Amino acid sequence: MTMTASQKLTQIRSELRTEEAEIVHDKMIINMGPSHPATHGTVKFVLTLDGETVDDVDITIGYLHRGFEKMAEAGTWQQVLPYTDRLNYVSPLINNVGYVGAVEKLWGVEITPRAKYIRMLISELSRMTDHLTSIAAGALELGGFTPFLYGVEAREALYPLVEELTGARLTTSYTRIGGLAKDLPDGYEQHMETALAHVEQLVVKVDKMLTKNRIFYDRMMHTGVLSQEDAISSGCTGVMLRCTGVDWDLRKHQPYLAYNELDFDVIVGSRGDNYDRYLCRLEELGQSIKMIRQIFKQMPGGPINVGDWRVCLPPKDAVYNSIEGMIAHFKLITEGHQVPPGEAYFAVEGGNGEVGFHIVSQGNGRPYRVKVRPPCFYAMGILKKLIVGHMLADIVPTFDTLNMIGGEVDR
Amino acid sequence: MHLVDNVLLNIVLMTLIKFAGFVLAFVMGIATVLTWAERKYSAVLQNRIGPNRANLGTIRAGGLLHMLADPIKMLTKEDFAPNTPNPILFRLAPLLAFVPALLVFAVIPFGPGDNFQVSNTSLGILFIFAIASLNVYGSVIGAWASNNKWSLMGGLRISAQMISYEVAIGLSLCGIFMIYGSLDLQDIARRQGQLLLGFIPAWGIVLQPFAFVLYLACAIAENKRAPFDVAEAESELTAGYWTEYSAMGFAMFALAEFIEVVLIGCVGTTLFLGGWTIPGLHGDAWWIVVLEIGGFAFKTVFLIWLQMTIRWTLPRFRYDQIMRLGWRILLPAALLNLVVTGIVLTFVERA
Repeated sequence: MTMTASQKLTQIRSELRTEEAEIVHDKMIINMGPSHPATHGTVKFVLTLDGETVDDVDITIGYLHRGFEKMAEAGTWQQVLPYTDRLNYVSPLINNVGYVGAVEKLWGVEITPRAKYIRMLISELSRMTDHLTSIAAGALELGGFTPFLYGVEAREALYPLVEELTGARLTTSYTRIGGLAKDLPDGYEQHMETALAHVEQLVVKVDKMLTKNRIFYDRMMHTGVLSQEDAISSGCTGVMLRCTGVDWDLRKHQPYLAYNELDFDVIVGSRGDNYDRYLCRLEELGQSIKMIRQIFKQMPGGPINVGDWRVCLPPKDAVYNSIEGMIAHFKLITEGHQVPPGEAYFAVEGGNGEVGFHIVSQGNGRPYRVKVRPPCFYAMGILKKLIVGHMLADIVPTFDTLNMIGGEVDR
Repeated sequence: MHLVDNVLLNIVLMTLIKFAGFVLAFVMGIATVLTWAERKYSAVLQNRIGPNRANLGTIRAGGLLHMLADPIKMLTKEDFAPNTPNPILFRLAPLLAFVPALLVFAVIPFGPGDNFQVSNTSLGILFIFAIASLNVYGSVIGAWASNNKWSLMGGLRISAQMISYEVAIGLSLCGIFMIYGSLDLQDIARRQGQLLLGFIPAWGIVLQPFAFVLYLACAIAENKRAPFDVAEAESELTAGYWTEYSAMGFAMFALAEFIEVVLIGCVGTTLFLGGWTIPGLHGDAWWIVVLEIGGFAFKTVFLIWLQMTIRWTLPRFRYDQIMRLGWRILLPAALLNLVVTGIVLTFVERA
């Protein structure tokens, strides 16, 4: 019996199909991290790859765990402060502000207007270093080394200001319960203005190199899409939440310090993808610059510390020359701040979202418990959903715009 | 018999001299300078100082001595080899990447006449394609023999990418062959020395501007440099196919890449920028020949500079975006360019 051409074709096709079915599709399991160029900070992705597509991922955090919360229970209230520098090490000043804010809330201390403004100033300064790091590292991970260095140069223009104010670039420990370590140095506004002008110039350069660059756009647009429901249900805050279109910024909607006296906009995205997160950060940089200029314009005079010697250390003159001052100093240093028993939660808008401190006091001069709410921790919970089903190369920008900071997540 | 021997000896000797003169001195020279120039130029772009520490006593020469310091370092540091089932292939791979890259220069005309071309073959550009495509084996075998999953993924990416872009690069150059009616590079270069309408040089870039853009894009992709460097994408695949290489193995891969940068410059100059010819300058006088060789070097350096600027400006594609660009945009565009060139040529010939 002879076959017709169409029968022959059908037979060949079916043979081909069985052959294809016999090809074994093995999935490759591969470790991305804990030491991998893309996992700045330390985090491990155990990837199950189907070709280049991520089939499954197991994300392991905790490589940078130092026991911050446990260590906090060992010192006095003020001694916890240096540990907070190491939470989000890209914007340590915001952590300083958040921690002392929580203690003051529990104690019911009202700080001076000048201290409020300086705390806002350092918060915005830190937010800029945080966003610049995220944007610059994002460019680097997509192979754009030049915009990366522009971003880092802008950050380097800001770090000397942090150093001038606090004496350190990273280990700032600048705030004190009831005030600040020291007042602004002379000529600080002038230095700040010079630096801001330099930063503005560089941000325009980065903007020009990236925002409308077709390759960058294609890499960022529609990758790492986070839905509004997921963002809210997983507890995302900050840029991760705002990129999905939720208008939520603690500075605007739960104003702390003196943020209600400042004029600024909350930047909100719409798609929830990497490109939106990048744009949000870029715009927030501009908002921060605007706010810093306002802060200097509206900066009130007066003391930076509250006058109550049970809250703030007395001035050195009083310590050396009066018995009351000596005793107040001695008691604060040896016994710690006598924060009344109870608990309080205070949150500030950090670089990545809501940095919250939940503190419990038993009234013995030491914290009973300090619980940190790190913004990245909740974002890491939803990361798997953003990665699975996409390509290996998409992990890199997604993980970057999420901006995980190891010190903050692992504490 | 003696006569034959002499002729053979002459050919071999001349070839060797020419090879040493042009390929080793010119190409390797530029490639070595490139190892310094790329870092220095990127530093200029990025407001950095760049390499400046290598010194002989007090002589620093703006970091130029890094060209010496780097090979010394590469030769003397530990040549680490991973625990691989294919140690021979692992050692062979850098050679497979390096040798073809150098071999291609045998047919590049560095100046007028046979004296400035190692081997004048009428196949010319086909030889370049044939040899340059061998390059992929070095990277793929190196990736496979490394016994490392990240390397392997880099190797897979590179094999797909290089084979895809080979098609587009070949088609993008076909217009040039149709216009100049030759595959012989010396011939093509000479014909570009003529003038159109009495004042426009008949360079490839004037007659085929579209093809030049296609050629440059495909060539950079072939050479797997940014923005097409997915094969080594350091943020994704640690370092891709050369993750496991150190010391001279690594240096040979890196040098092969720089040599290909020079190659792209040389081929681009020969086909699109008039080769060694200088418009309006003809003759056999020695100073004209020197000028022509200088002109060739200048044009090559210009194309190298263009590649470096692209390298340090653009971010990286994603792997699937590269394939889409190659097959769906560059290949149809090259075909379209070919069709339009064909139609125009037919009309011109009839007229």
